[in-house]
Amino acid sequence: MSRESDFYLRRLHSLLGIIPVGLFVTQHLVVNHFATRGEEAFNNASNFMGNLPFVLFLEWFVIYIPLMFHAFYGVYIAFTAKNNVQRYGTFRNWMFLLQRVTGVFLVIFIAWHIYETRIQKALGTEVNFDMMHDILSNPFMLVFYILGVISATFHLANGLWSFCVTWGIAQSPRSQTIVSYITIIAFLVLSVIGVQALLAFV
Amino acid sequence: MSEQTTAVREATAKKTVRFEIQRQDTPDSKPYWESFEIDYRPNMNVISALMEIRRNPVNAEGKKTTPVNWDMNCLEEVCGACSMVINGRPRQSCTALIDQLTQPIRLEPMRTFPVVRDLIVDREFMFDSLKRVKAWIPIDGTYDLGDGPRMPERKRQWAYELSKCMTCGVCLEACPNVNDKTNFIGPALISQVRLFNSHPTGAMNRDERLETLMADGGIGECGNSQNCVVACPKGIPLTTSIAAMNRATTVQMFKNFFGSDHMVD
Repeated sequence: MSRESDFYLRRLHSLLGIIPVGLFVTQHLVVNHFATRGEEAFNNASNFMGNLPFVLFLEWFVIYIPLMFHAFYGVYIAFTAKNNVQRYGTFRNWMFLLQRVTGVFLVIFIAWHIYETRIQKALGTEVNFDMMHDILSNPFMLVFYILGVISATFHLANGLWSFCVTWGIAQSPRSQTIVSYITIIAFLVLSVIGVQALLAFV
Repeated sequence: MSEQTTAVREATAKKTVRFEIQRQDTPDSKPYWESFEIDYRPNMNVISALMEIRRNPVNAEGKKTTPVNWDMNCLEEVCGACSMVINGRPRQSCTALIDQLTQPIRLEPMRTFPVVRDLIVDREFMFDSLKRVKAWIPIDGTYDLGDGPRMPERKRQWAYELSKCMTCGVCLEACPNVNDKTNFIGPALISQVRLFNSHPTGAMNRDERLETLMADGGIGECGNSQNCVVACPKGIPLTTSIAAMNRATTVQMFKNFFGSDHMVD
């Protein structure tokens, strides 16, 4: 890969993180929230999503391809940084570190999550409330999934901030601060939605 | 501990300044630490202390050693030559006052750059990058081009803040994305593009400067840790400059792809 194309790859990485991956994560967490309304509501929603027309096309072009590019290029970005929060313990420097830590963790978490659900579905197991109940009744897996969801919401919220800066939308320090507050609220709201849904399965 | 030894210890603590200096004899040799203890004088800075060590190069163990090498020039924080890592933070040694530093004072070279000897580093990478981004205003022609366009006074005042950059390298040392694995030109250079693109005559080459930012090692390498703006000794709004150039390169990217009659202006 030519390094001359780094600028465009970085911009693509930033864009794909929000559209479609960020939008998909939000949609996924919202649909999961049906679990709080009971087993039947969740199974209906899950069936609806799993039986959308052109579902394989949607899965590949809205989820897998953008997600794989974002994940693998992101790992490259994460491991080319020389973190220095000991020297500069500022808020933004910590966010910079956490964005990379959560990103690498999410590659592991999402790989496991896809193996446990989507690949099992392809092998003939039905994805439903019971499946998630079985997975999450193991306390270790529950903690792993809670960490995964919170990492995802953090990575998305902080990524939304850096998207605004990377594309030159928020330029002044004041606008960057305001975007920070908005993304902190987004992080909290999405985390509550995601964790509530997880706890509903237990 | 007896009262007498405490008194003696206090007396010596008041009179001397302790240094731990990371030394390196050649560009390729291994770095090592050496301690120094010198007599205190009022109003000392790191440079006057280093001059004291040079005058009498004896380390804290009382052994004769080679004088510590460092770089310096203006002694008033406008040239950037004497930058080094002092107690963990990169800054200029001329404005690092002994009275304000915790002892022992640890001095290290800025290892983001190749070390020449002891505290001297080679910042040529930055000067090459300045040439790459065309950090100047072309005014030469084969005939007298006359006066350039006028610059609004308030804009001049604003641009003056950006022009305070002395290419000292502190922001590159502070940036987590400037290292051996990347060839990021660093925050200072991005701000220089903003400075020269803001100038009415300099703006005539703004697309060329933006193209260099969109190439290898350019603005795409920024990861928004925002350490640069915290580290900058001149208080230059580096992160605002980066965001401004992010916007300018976004617009340039669309112009390049979709076409525009305003490629230059």
